[in-house]
Amino acid sequence: MKLLTHNLLTSHVKGVVKGYPLLIKATEVKVNEVDFNPQFVSRMIPKLEWSALVQAAEELGQRQDLPAELVPEYENNEEFLKKVHRVLLEVEVIEGCLRCPESGREFPISRGIPNMLLSEDEV
Amino acid sequence: MKQKQLESYLQQVDGFEEPKLRLEQYPTSPHIAACMLYTIQNTFDDIKGKLVADLGCGCGVLSIGAAMLDAGLCIGFDIDDDALDIFRRNAEEFDISNVDLVQCDLCSLDAEAYVKKFDTVIMNPPFGTKHNQGMDMKFLWAALSMAKTAVYSLHKTSTREHIQKKANDWGVKMEVIAELRYDLPAVLQVPQKEIG
Repeated sequence: MKLLTHNLLTSHVKGVVKGYPLLIKATEVKVNEVDFNPQFVSRMIPKLEWSALVQAAEELGQRQDLPAELVPEYENNEEFLKKVHRVLLEVEVIEGCLRCPESGREFPISRGIPNMLLSEDEV
Repeated sequence: MKQKQLESYLQQVDGFEEPKLRLEQYPTSPHIAACMLYTIQNTFDDIKGKLVADLGCGCGVLSIGAAMLDAGLCIGFDIDDDALDIFRRNAEEFDISNVDLVQCDLCSLDAEAYVKKFDTVIMNPPFGTKHNQGMDMKFLWAALSMAKTAVYSLHKTSTREHIQKKANDWGVKMEVIAELRYDLPAVLQVPQKEIG
């Protein structure tokens, strides 16, 4: 699971009002090289929940010097875009789980795939 | 990349080992996948550098094709872990790094999940036959809520009128982009282009 994907995921357990962002508990994290596409990263940034991305990177020990606040005029800041590219697309959680911040429900991540399936009494 | 070349790559994507009838796990042929993806990219410019979702991705032929056409990231969604496992192996064998996977049930997707988060949605949804009736429309509904620009989906010709009616109800513009012969039953393609 990449952190761009994590940025989109929400817990929808019945009764949960704010199931976002999901906390990450990782037991295995990998960093895989992905081709850098500055336009794509630049287009994704305004769609992201920035604080959730920073928090996720922090939880995985992969934040490095990613700033807490978005930098202005990032479109032309290649150095910054590369940092965002790395946390969004290159850092991957292989094993662990995602925890709903409200209900505490845990969603397992196995072989890189988060399992968001809910049981019948949870929907 | 030429369409023929894409098709020949997609021929090497492994399919279902034991297709599950209840999930309507019929494969998307390399020919149909290549034709669909090539058109989406070359006519509509909706793959390269885009955030793409593949709903009911199965073993991943559409996602892997979209990744080869330089999607920024393609996220495959499926309920079935056996299919996702094959998808993961396929992605590894092709050394593709711009795909990701999520196991979830698209039919019980919360209405507010992923709203307009994706640029493009591609899918070959269950046809919604017999015990799965209405499944195709549930997938379409989910896809339309997730996509900002367009949804491209494969459907049977016999359901075209029904889909057109639903599209009108939902206020989306539907366009038949191609009619394709399906290798198994007779099938066509009805991608949807959204207005707003």
